[in-house]
Amino acid sequence: MARTLVVVGHGMVGHRLVQALRDRDTTGRWRVVVFAEENRPAYDRVALSSYVDSWVPDDLALAPHGPEVELRLGDPVTEVDRVRKTVTTASGVEQHYDALVLATGSFPFVPPVPGRDLPGCHVYRTIEDLDGIRATVAAARGVGRRAGMVLGGGLLGLEAANALRGMGLSPHVVELGPRLMPLQVDEGGAALLKRLVEKLDLTVHTGTSASSIERDGERLFARLSNGLELDLDVVVFSAGIRPRDDLARRSGLEVGARGGVVVDDACRTADADVYAIGECAALGGMVYGLVGPGYSMAEVVADRLLGGGAVFPGADLSTKLKLLGVDVASFGDAHATTEGALEVVVNDAVAGTYAKVVVSDDAKTLLGGVLVGDAAAYPSLRPLVGRDIPGDPVQLIAPSGGGVELALPADAQVCSCHAVTKQDITDAIHAGECADVPGIKACTKAGTGCGSCVPMLKKLLAECGVEQSRALCEHFDHSRADLFEIVRSTGVTTFSALIAKHGRGRGCDICKPAVASILASLDTGHVLDGEQATLQDTNDRFLANIQRNGTYSVVPRIPGGEITPEKLIVIGEVARDYGLYTKITGGQRIDLFGATVDQLPRIWRRLVDAGFESGHAYGKALRTVKSCVGTTWCRFGVQDSVGLAIELELRYRGLRAPHKIKSAVSGCARECAEARGKDFGIIATENGWNLYVGGNGGFTPRHAELLVSDVDTETLVRVVDRFLMFYVRTADRLQRTASWIEAMDGGLERLRSVIVDDSLGICADLEAAMAVHVESYADEWRGVLDDPEKLSRFSSFVNAPGTPDPTISFREERGQRVPVPLGLPEVAAR
Amino acid sequence: MTAVVELTWTSVCALSALQPEAGVAVLLPDASQVALFRTFDGALHAVDNIDPFSGAAVLSRGIVGDRGGVAVVASPIYKQAFDLTTGACLDDPAVSIAVHEVRVLDDVVQVRCP
Ligand code: SRM
Ligand SMILES: Cc1cc2nc3c(=O)[nH]c(=O)nc-3n(C[C@H](O)[C@H](O)[C@H](O)COP(=O)(O)OP(=O)(O)OC[C@H]3O[C@@H](n4cnc5c(N)ncnc54)[C@H](O)[C@@H]3O)c2cc1C
Ligand code: SF4
Ligand code: FES
Repeated sequence: MARTLVVVGHGMVGHRLVQALRDRDTTGRWRVVVFAEENRPAYDRVALSSYVDSWVPDDLALAPHGPEVELRLGDPVTEVDRVRKTVTTASGVEQHYDALVLATGSFPFVPPVPGRDLPGCHVYRTIEDLDGIRATVAAARGVGRRAGMVLGGGLLGLEAANALRGMGLSPHVVELGPRLMPLQVDEGGAALLKRLVEKLDLTVHTGTSASSIERDGERLFARLSNGLELDLDVVVFSAGIRPRDDLARRSGLEVGARGGVVVDDACRTADADVYAIGECAALGGMVYGLVGPGYSMAEVVADRLLGGGAVFPGADLSTKLKLLGVDVASFGDAHATTEGALEVVVNDAVAGTYAKVVVSDDAKTLLGGVLVGDAAAYPSLRPLVGRDIPGDPVQLIAPSGGGVELALPADAQVCSCHAVTKQDITDAIHAGECADVPGIKACTKAGTGCGSCVPMLKKLLAECGVEQSRALCEHFDHSRADLFEIVRSTGVTTFSALIAKHGRGRGCDICKPAVASILASLDTGHVLDGEQATLQDTNDRFLANIQRNGTYSVVPRIPGGEITPEKLIVIGEVARDYGLYTKITGGQRIDLFGATVDQLPRIWRRLVDAGFESGHAYGKALRTVKSCVGTTWCRFGVQDSVGLAIELELRYRGLRAPHKIKSAVSGCARECAEARGKDFGIIATENGWNLYVGGNGGFTPRHAELLVSDVDTETLVRVVDRFLMFYVRTADRLQRTASWIEAMDGGLERLRSVIVDDSLGICADLEAAMAVHVESYADEWRGVLDDPEKLSRFSSFVNAPGTPDPTISFREERGQRVPVPLGLPEVAAR
Repeated sequence: MTAVVELTWTSVCALSALQPEAGVAVLLPDASQVALFRTFDGALHAVDNIDPFSGAAVLSRGIVGDRGGVAVVASPIYKQAFDLTTGACLDDPAVSIAVHEVRVLDDVVQVRCP
């Protein structure tokens, strides 16, 4: 019979233990019961700060366990009886165990400042904590810019400060120590770090702490020990963590001098049936506040429970600051505490970069380092800790050449979050299990934690020779982005000229539409002009969407989904007169189905005369900008969402792109327009607009991420201009914005640096290109109707222009015409 | 009994009505359809207009090009490529479509069909 494992705590480490055990215990030796204090299953606490981008808890969800795991949420264990081998929960459940694992994590330490329990004071550890902070901020009704204080200037404190910034507050960071991130960063690095974060509107107070907090009506006042007084809306404590070891303590198990359940290198307590893992455990005298070591402990215990002999492999305490937009990394012996260690520093005050490597007394072995301002070298340096350096250590951080290329040894740990070595990854690549970064993530877990090792994964792919071909097809060795640049810089205007000079053969259904789209993005005339017509997919060639029986659908543009009764009547009349099946689309407009090629111009004549224009439902182009009713009608709306949606739809209509582009504008955070499912989505705030980018429905749904917040309409339009043009120029063929951003080196941060901070100096050019597009836009359907040569192509048969295609027939369904399924003719075998 | 089908030449259109690297549909006297293509080098090809994968009469609206030097048309519905000279489907060896003879007489294109 199966033995019972009880796990106390369903945090990241408890979750990992259960997952590892379920993966390996294929014969069902263990029944698993988990008691969780929180009301939701384990989530990605490491990514907690990103919760403020979406406020959607599911975005942090970890893979759910199978139904065979008994997960009791919201029922913490209150007592452990090691003699009877039972645990008792808050709700009174008593559960027997054969093995018990404590995975209770830690709690945030709140220094004994008078007033620390006042409403408006929070800690920063759970989703509920962040919801609480959000509620306080929302309730704050101060005049001017609102302010918050974060007590603690470590890694977490800076993350919390950044989250407050994301909520529109000016954050003060108060650190007792002499510098920011005292545990990870040395003095030189911290001086630069302070300068960089102050540029981001954080105010830093070091060498001081809060001596009291008082509440006066709506406001909080904090007095600092250096005499300063701060007027605040919210206070967040981030002054360190303490292991939650009281269950162990009360059941007579030993705890460490600074807390933590004492365990051996098998993660076992003195009681052979009780283990402790993660942040609640003290192993070798250390309590680890990082998820990587916790995961290693979970793996050890899973192995032990199945009769293995695994021991804790030691931990990598490297850290990299996430989210703030300031590069900081610290790894190995960052403070040069090793006997005789030497430090090599390159401090470039002008460029705003600080780099230090710590090496052994003979300057042969890398021991650690600190990088501030530019941490690009981090993924390649970190795995080299404890290994020999080829040549002069200063080369590792020399600004010119960006450091030497280092060959990683096979056993070097590339991903410290999941303890994945170079060997693990290259084995998976060579076994053909993965050919890209998402593949490596799926089969080795590397890169799925903090994400800082992703650049290294790309390098390893290249090293293994699987640099994925960027060639568009057999006719061009270039990627779409390369071709775009070629067309733009050479001014080539025809496919024939392009393929003659830069490709081979005659082209195909991959490269022809791709080049047609590039030519159209550069606004080189009507998409059906001359040779261009032959490059287009049938949808673009007939400016309509082909259907299963060879007929087409007609989708007039209805900007923002707003339409007058008169226009609705015209659509109704046209549909009735041509017997078109009529349906409201998912894009807030109307689709008319079942038109034959020769009917299309006549249908469009009537629509264009009534003021309609092409909706580009057929094109890789802007589709719709959906809207909600917003302030005009809705009692909750805070901005005119319909007005903005219409403005944006009219601005970007007709813009040809690597794939279709969708957008939406919601009038408040209730998000009725589903803007976060769009390539670019806008949500109104009290102060302006939040812009989210990279959302997607379809095959791989993904929520858009916050790019800029609280901007006015002019700024918003400018950023969207840049975003779209940058996408049009650099994405691959048929790559939606979501996968474009995912594939970008540095992801969203990189995108932000290019199109918000203008790090490449191309923003003016992108805006100018968009201005050309807006200026030269003309309705494609009108262009056809006005041109007899183009019109002549809309005929059913070259030798019988008026005759309808005899294979097309309709039947009636719910009062409308739908296609009769086509009997597939026999296929002639040759 | 074997039915003997007589093939005749049907005049279709002026050569100048055909755009290079594009197709048009032709309706035949027996109500069947042919897709007629003119490639970049002036060559003419005629194949069945019905796409065997969808049953829709649409091949004339596919993109013309080459695969490894072989002139092809890609079906606009599910994108399979057909060899314009042999009718063979390059994506599924079990499938092919009929090809027809084409000629030009006094600038008039003619297709030989039942
Ligand atoms: C008509 C419509 C369904 C409806 O009756 O509501 C529709 C119909 C088609 N969709 Fe869609 N999609 C429609 C809204 C959507 C939506 C919802 C939305 O836009 O809010 C989505 C998910 C959101 C998204 O795109 O991120 C959607 C995701 C897709 C996808 C998957 C895209 C992806 O990135 O994974 C495809 C396939 C593709 O584009 O490769 C697709 C492709 C198609 C095509 C073009 C398939 C095809 O090639 O024949 C359909 C033909 C349209 C036609 O003949 O007019 N359609 N499609 C909707 C037209 C909206 C409009 O007014 O323009
Ligand atoms: C904002 C933030 C950012 C972070 N960033 C990083 C980072 O970049 N890199 C990194 O390595 N680490 C980071 N960490 C730390 C990382 O999240 C922790 O190391 C990790 O979550 C520890 O996992 P755990 O399972 O030991 O503890 P937890 O995730 O805290 O889980 C413990 C769970 O046990 C529950 N529990 C406690 N007592 C009981 C009881 N008696 N009965 C039942 N349930 C109980 C708790 O409610 C909790 O849900 C970050 C942490 C925070 C808060
Ligand atoms: S998103 Fe907000 S403003 Fe728009 S309809 Fe919904 S509740 Fe109203
Ligand atoms: S090092 Fe964090 S995901 Fe790999």
